[in-house]
Amino acid sequence: MSVAFSELRQKADAEWVSLTAGDKPWVRVGLGTSGEAAGAEDAYDALVESLGDDAKVTLVGSMGLCYAEPLIDVQLPGGARIFYNNLAADEAPDVVGSHLKSGRADANRAFAWHGDERPEGLGALSRLTELPTVRPQTRLATKLAGDIDPRNLSQYIANGGYGALEKALEDMDPAAVLDEVKNSGLRGRGGAAFPTGVKWGFLAPNPAPVKYILCNCEEGDPGAFNDKGILESCPHTLLEGLILAGYATNSSNGFIFIRQGHTLPIENSRKAVQDAYDAGLLGKNILGSDFSYDVEVALTGDSYVAGEETALMEAIEGKRSQPRYRPPFPAAAGLWGKPSNINNVKTLSYAPTIIRDGADAFKAVGIESTSGTAILCITGAVNRPGMYEIPMGSLTIREAVEDVAGGIRDGKKMKLFQAGGPLFGPIGEEGFDSPIDFDSIGQTTGSLGSGGIIIGDEDVCAVNLTRNLMAFNQFESCGKCFPCRLGMTHMVETLERISQNEGREDDLALMERMGASMRMGSLCGHGQLGYNPVSSALKYFEADFRSHLEDKKCPTGACGVGHMLTPTRMRP
Amino acid sequence: MSDGTTSASDELPSSGELRERSRKALGSQRQPTVTVLSSLIAVQDELHYIPDEAIEETATHTNSTINDVWSVASFYTNFRFTPPGGHTIDVCWGPSCHLNGAQNVMMRVHSELGVEGEGETGDGKLTLRYSTCLGACALAPVIAVDHHMKGRMSPDSAAAVVDGLKGA
Repeated sequence: MSVAFSELRQKADAEWVSLTAGDKPWVRVGLGTSGEAAGAEDAYDALVESLGDDAKVTLVGSMGLCYAEPLIDVQLPGGARIFYNNLAADEAPDVVGSHLKSGRADANRAFAWHGDERPEGLGALSRLTELPTVRPQTRLATKLAGDIDPRNLSQYIANGGYGALEKALEDMDPAAVLDEVKNSGLRGRGGAAFPTGVKWGFLAPNPAPVKYILCNCEEGDPGAFNDKGILESCPHTLLEGLILAGYATNSSNGFIFIRQGHTLPIENSRKAVQDAYDAGLLGKNILGSDFSYDVEVALTGDSYVAGEETALMEAIEGKRSQPRYRPPFPAAAGLWGKPSNINNVKTLSYAPTIIRDGADAFKAVGIESTSGTAILCITGAVNRPGMYEIPMGSLTIREAVEDVAGGIRDGKKMKLFQAGGPLFGPIGEEGFDSPIDFDSIGQTTGSLGSGGIIIGDEDVCAVNLTRNLMAFNQFESCGKCFPCRLGMTHMVETLERISQNEGREDDLALMERMGASMRMGSLCGHGQLGYNPVSSALKYFEADFRSHLEDKKCPTGACGVGHMLTPTRMRP
Repeated sequence: MSDGTTSASDELPSSGELRERSRKALGSQRQPTVTVLSSLIAVQDELHYIPDEAIEETATHTNSTINDVWSVASFYTNFRFTPPGGHTIDVCWGPSCHLNGAQNVMMRVHSELGVEGEGETGDGKLTLRYSTCLGACALAPVIAVDHHMKGRMSPDSAAAVVDGLKGA
């Protein structure tokens, strides 16, 4: 172990021991964007004020158990962690205060415990890892989310962080790191599922002195928040992966690309980058090795298409985020004309575990065609919405909804799911038993995409959901290709008309024709896939369209609230 | 949360002051890569909108033309060119929120504010924006007040939030 790293490690270990087994209890409050929306910041403020010097109170990341937020856990020195769910500011000081005072958890209010030994007096309280939302998970990229303060480098290092980078720099040459990633079978998690090792392999042999690894956290897919989830809860995991990617491909610079306005992911990644520089984990001669690497955080304005890889490079260059013609491909001429690789946050976040534990350990999770995990964001009409990292192919959509996400709210029936972002449409019953992995979901009209899965119950009208998706796509068309710009607009008008029972006989054929033009006449997936939501909805729910067109009524009443309120801007 | 945000009802800063504050924002960007886009984001973080003066200053600062700067500023939907109200309310209409009743939340916010769509209230004090996704989908429907998320909204709780802002 390099001297530089062993010093970091010793300091980090000492700090961790003093946090978990020091003289004061440690109270952790989960704060991600969803925690913020649930009021976790207010709960934190209330705890800091009421507990004073009696405990260390820390904002940690989100475990992904969003339904339970604000999620707060109390650890007495050397003891187990006791979790309390939905503990807002009004209740938190009392519950946590009396726990600290009596030294005993509030058995009626506790949610789960976590540790080596079951604490006494808690009856049948579930162990955290036995909760139905946690048991099916294998947390690789999100392992430390909710355990550590994302703004604290030492806490990451104390839990094994940067051990993979240390190992790579000490014991492996770049080619060995690249081989390990190739052998792991890792596929890109942005949605395209391209083998990551192969992609890195395009960049590695290029002798250019300046080469870029671009980490894509544009994450504009509504219903997906796992990229932001990693950045706001454990940004060093991504950063370590980004540095490993730079090492494996002999690159010089990395960019973390985030949409402006997403405060927590931006602040936490900026802090992570700064701390890594200060600790010698970035910059010249990292940890005393020959390898030098620079990383910065770049922000984009609001534009969904900025997540497309060539548009992303335009945005980093400060221009309108419109796609480029290919070739040249990014690995030959990308950002500022230099060789570049674009990887999703999740993809890069697996690199540390692959290098630390080896390709075989990674391949042991998931299925043969796709190793590793799927980080799902399950939202919509379910009882337990959240972010769950499950082994690829280990559950079907139905199992994920019923067993993990707690089934449909109010005892209703599941009618549809929508996965892969707004360019994919609703999928009906026939798709519910599809295992959750790229290839199986790809057999339906959907895509696993980035991992967002939105569930609709029996009250949803497929026309209503589809016009919402198309309104998003219309709003986000970058305008470069007119078949997309105009096609999306006409498609929304047509769906709007159908939803208000004013559809025309040939509307379905009209949309199909527009879709064909968009597919042929658009540079990027936004226009090419633009008809997807409609064709998918028609495949599984033609009856909903027929009801609007022929019986002049909405099958569920969902469309009855009038014209949809959506912005109607078109990019100039 | 409102840290000195500009309200349309307050007296507007002078052209010279806008220019000065724009220059300061442009010069205090900490990241190594400074572009037209990063500069516009920096200016809007400071002024909460992009006045004409900032367009000119950005062009000078990034060695580009006013046309270049406008082309970028008009493309990204987060940029605005008039001062916002003292508080900004974002209502999400992404599909997760939509399926959980965002349209009803939106209609209620409209009636509370007395508006029929995005933009400022009559008195210029509040700004309403529609958001494609605020990123807290598991807490749908979500709104944000001055970029601060509030989840699990109902039309009534959203109305209460808006009411609280009216007095503020």
